[in-house]
Amino acid sequence: MSAILKRREIVAALLQERGELLVVAGLGSTAWDVSAAGDSPLSFPLWGAMGAAAMVGLGLALAQPARRVLVITGDGEMLMGLGSLATIGVQRPRNLAIAVIDNERYGETGMQATHTASGVDLAGVARACGLGASALVWTEAEFAAARKALLGQPGPVLMQIKVLAEKIPLVLPPRDGGLLKARFRRAVLGPQADAE
Amino acid sequence: MNDWPQKLFGVLKQAKVRQVGYVPDAGHKRLIELCRADPAMRAVPLSTEQEGIGLAAGAWLGGERSVLLMQSSGVGNCINALGMTSECRFPLLMLVTMRGEQGEFNPWQVPMGQATRPALEAMGVVVQHAASAQEVEPTAEAAARLAWGSYAAVAVLIAQRVIGIKSFQDQAGR
Repeated sequence: MSAILKRREIVAALLQERGELLVVAGLGSTAWDVSAAGDSPLSFPLWGAMGAAAMVGLGLALAQPARRVLVITGDGEMLMGLGSLATIGVQRPRNLAIAVIDNERYGETGMQATHTASGVDLAGVARACGLGASALVWTEAEFAAARKALLGQPGPVLMQIKVLAEKIPLVLPPRDGGLLKARFRRAVLGPQADAE
Repeated sequence: MNDWPQKLFGVLKQAKVRQVGYVPDAGHKRLIELCRADPAMRAVPLSTEQEGIGLAAGAWLGGERSVLLMQSSGVGNCINALGMTSECRFPLLMLVTMRGEQGEFNPWQVPMGQATRPALEAMGVVVQHAASAQEVEPTAEAAARLAWGSYAAVAVLIAQRVIGIKSFQDQAGR
């Protein structure tokens, strides 16, 4: 099969009515996708720490069990943190969902193939780790179901969403890590964020 | 005998630590058991230590404090992720049991053991050393205050002498 879905449309659809949703974006293209959908203090885009996005999502989901946490990351970033799926499978936070925007490429370094281009099945790994409803998504219809699972159904869950390997304009979030942290905490915790 | 793991647990309780990320070490065996048994703490076994850096960042973003327990060999796994801790000024408390220093019996532990302090310092982590069992509690208490009072990344290195493992047989017997 070949991909037909477009990453910016997919991420925009995930975030269009985001409300109180807490978002962690993996470094690179997914951080730009999340910014293109509209910068928000409730988004924490990573500019480094490749492989850490899912674990940042886990710590956040355990700290805020009443709120939905969505990690949006790339196939290369997820491959670097594959063990974290096992760790998440042990903890099983019901409020954690992971959307892997899978273009089968390292998009920031010259579009080199990732392991998913050779068929590595991240959703299968996730299921084997205990994220039972995880699935591979190729079509609009499959995405409609995946969107519901990511945003509303009990997690943890991972959806591996196959997208076109497009080169598209950068839409950059703020770069200052201290700012990204402080504004996120204020938005989640209110004024007490600064008193802690 | 100085029950330093129990005292370390007291420091974590006092600091209101809620998430405990760890990769097991013989030296942390008892502290891990105490944390796992505490309903106010969420014990999170990790597949590699670097996961704990992300866990701690996410916990803080959500308003909770976490601690990271590991052996010195695991410090090497954390290095790039610690760039996020530094850039974002995330508070971080790492409790590291040392190998590859006093009386080490496994030569493969020595390179990372000897590189633990400079590697952490190169990434901007404040390193404090507890050379004796008596020093563990006050050092950890001060490190916790520094981490959350000053938004610092702090590692407490617990000397191999404190752990007191002398051989493979001794380690396996614990």
